[in-house]
Amino acid sequence: MSIRERLSGNEAAATAMKQINPDVVAAYPITPSTEIPQYFSTFVANGSVDSDFVAVESEHSAMSACIGAEAAGARAMTATSANGLSLMWEMIYIASSLRLPIVLSLVNRAVSGPLNIHNDHSDAMGVRDSGWIMLFSENNQEAYDNTLMAHRIAEHKDVRLPLMICQDGFITSHSIENIELVEDEKVKEFVGEYHPEHYLLNEKEPISVGPLDVQSYLFEHKAQQAEAMRNAKKVILEVAKDFEKMTGRKYGFFEEYKLEDAEVAIVCMNSTAGTTKFVVDNLREKGIKAGLLKLRVFRPFPAEEIANALGHLKAVAILDKADSLNAVGGALFQDVTSAMYVSKKQVPAVNYVYGIGGRDTKADDIEKVYEDLLDIVKSGKVENPYRYFGLRKEEK
Amino acid sequence: MDNNMIEIRWHGRGGQGAKTASLLLADAAFNTGKYIQGFPEYGPERMGAPLTAYNRISDTPITIHSNIYEPDYVVVVDDTLLEVVDVTAGLKETGAILINTTKSPEYLKNVLKGYKGDIYTIDARKISMEALGKYFPNTPMLAAIVKVSKIMSDEDLLKDMVGSFKHKFAKKPEVIDGNMKALELALKEVKKI
Repeated sequence: MSIRERLSGNEAAATAMKQINPDVVAAYPITPSTEIPQYFSTFVANGSVDSDFVAVESEHSAMSACIGAEAAGARAMTATSANGLSLMWEMIYIASSLRLPIVLSLVNRAVSGPLNIHNDHSDAMGVRDSGWIMLFSENNQEAYDNTLMAHRIAEHKDVRLPLMICQDGFITSHSIENIELVEDEKVKEFVGEYHPEHYLLNEKEPISVGPLDVQSYLFEHKAQQAEAMRNAKKVILEVAKDFEKMTGRKYGFFEEYKLEDAEVAIVCMNSTAGTTKFVVDNLREKGIKAGLLKLRVFRPFPAEEIANALGHLKAVAILDKADSLNAVGGALFQDVTSAMYVSKKQVPAVNYVYGIGGRDTKADDIEKVYEDLLDIVKSGKVENPYRYFGLRKEEK
Repeated sequence: MDNNMIEIRWHGRGGQGAKTASLLLADAAFNTGKYIQGFPEYGPERMGAPLTAYNRISDTPITIHSNIYEPDYVVVVDDTLLEVVDVTAGLKETGAILINTTKSPEYLKNVLKGYKGDIYTIDARKISMEALGKYFPNTPMLAAIVKVSKIMSDEDLLKDMVGSFKHKFAKKPEVIDGNMKALELALKEVKKI
């Protein structure tokens, strides 16, 4: 029997970490993820975990300590947001290049400047090509579930890549909602123990980690990282299958919500997907065939699967909670549309940049996107594929 | 909105416990088997600044994650906000507003700009001073909104809150009785104008 609880997204992430009981947690506080290391340090103080908590002096050091711990053969976790991730940036690439399966809880927040502590996805989008597996979570339940699945994916011998679990700052991190928790013993059994094949503290196999990698090697090592990312797809689905056996909750690369018979659909990530479900239900009652593709696995990017899931639509809108400032459109839009191009799925597509810096995403905004899609279906034309919603118009 | 979903918006000032009250309400509704959301709208927070918090309470899972624009109920924890914030914005006329105040019905009707729904008042300061000897408006306001919205029965609220307070005030059990008294008084004293 699962445990019926009510927790905020941060509490959910911290609870998962408690149940995982990693060897090391190294973190530096930053809004809105501060509560995660705060709760975790309480668990350490209370003795409910036997992890070593390293209270470092910066996020750069937090990621460095996780790298050191993982290289030594330990299981390490951390949490951060926005500028904390920016300060980790150098070490983010080193973590993935050294093939260290560190797990990071990223509570998404706008990267400065100007200073803004609220939610968007600019932090996550900044590291999308860093070689980390990236899972997105609609709510506290998914933040929790994704964390429980994280180590099984990251530590798999065919993968060995770091993994970050994203959730929306404040919107889910600070909202108390219902959640179903898994019992401690079941989590322990599901996650399993970490036995790395190669590690620094193995006296029988002296190795060095991260030495000079010159012209004759780096390319091959990068190709191996790329292969590991491709391998992760298979492992993510295997772990999801086992997780479903334990909890009954089903996960894939993405969730298709009333998508199969839909004519128009939205693609988005994190909490906006929940609001979109609410709108889809209302539109369906009016006879409008609206659907949703909620992306969970952003890296590796399930290009072919997404193209196949969207190929039957008459029009699709891709929502980006970060602007790429490239005069073309957001990162998710470009990934989805290029996936469809390569798979020869010709569906009229538009991009909406929205929710920047915590601008609230209203059901009305989402409904308007579906109305725009219906107009596109009617006219057969996409006038301007790079749009905004929720942006204040200049008063004339 | 779903027919069975109740949406509540709280207006308070930083430090008065409006956020805590919204979380306590979420807790209490959760304990009666409901699906709940309780979340504050975080701004540049500081003591005394206007603050908004929200609750959704439903018999079925809640997926929507926006702020609340058309609440069923509004709770005003500090009546000095009435002239500063448009507290009835979007408030359904089938719903109600609950205000912590000692101001006259005439003043309230006037300042609420002709809001046609029910207006309830409570003197949370008096209740809090009597029960706790200090001004903590959130406990009486919690009881009052439960009474107004009928989210649960008085008995269920009192039964549930004993447990919550025992947990919350594990390190200062001396305030549990006072908080329970504040709830009981508030259930009795909330009135419609």
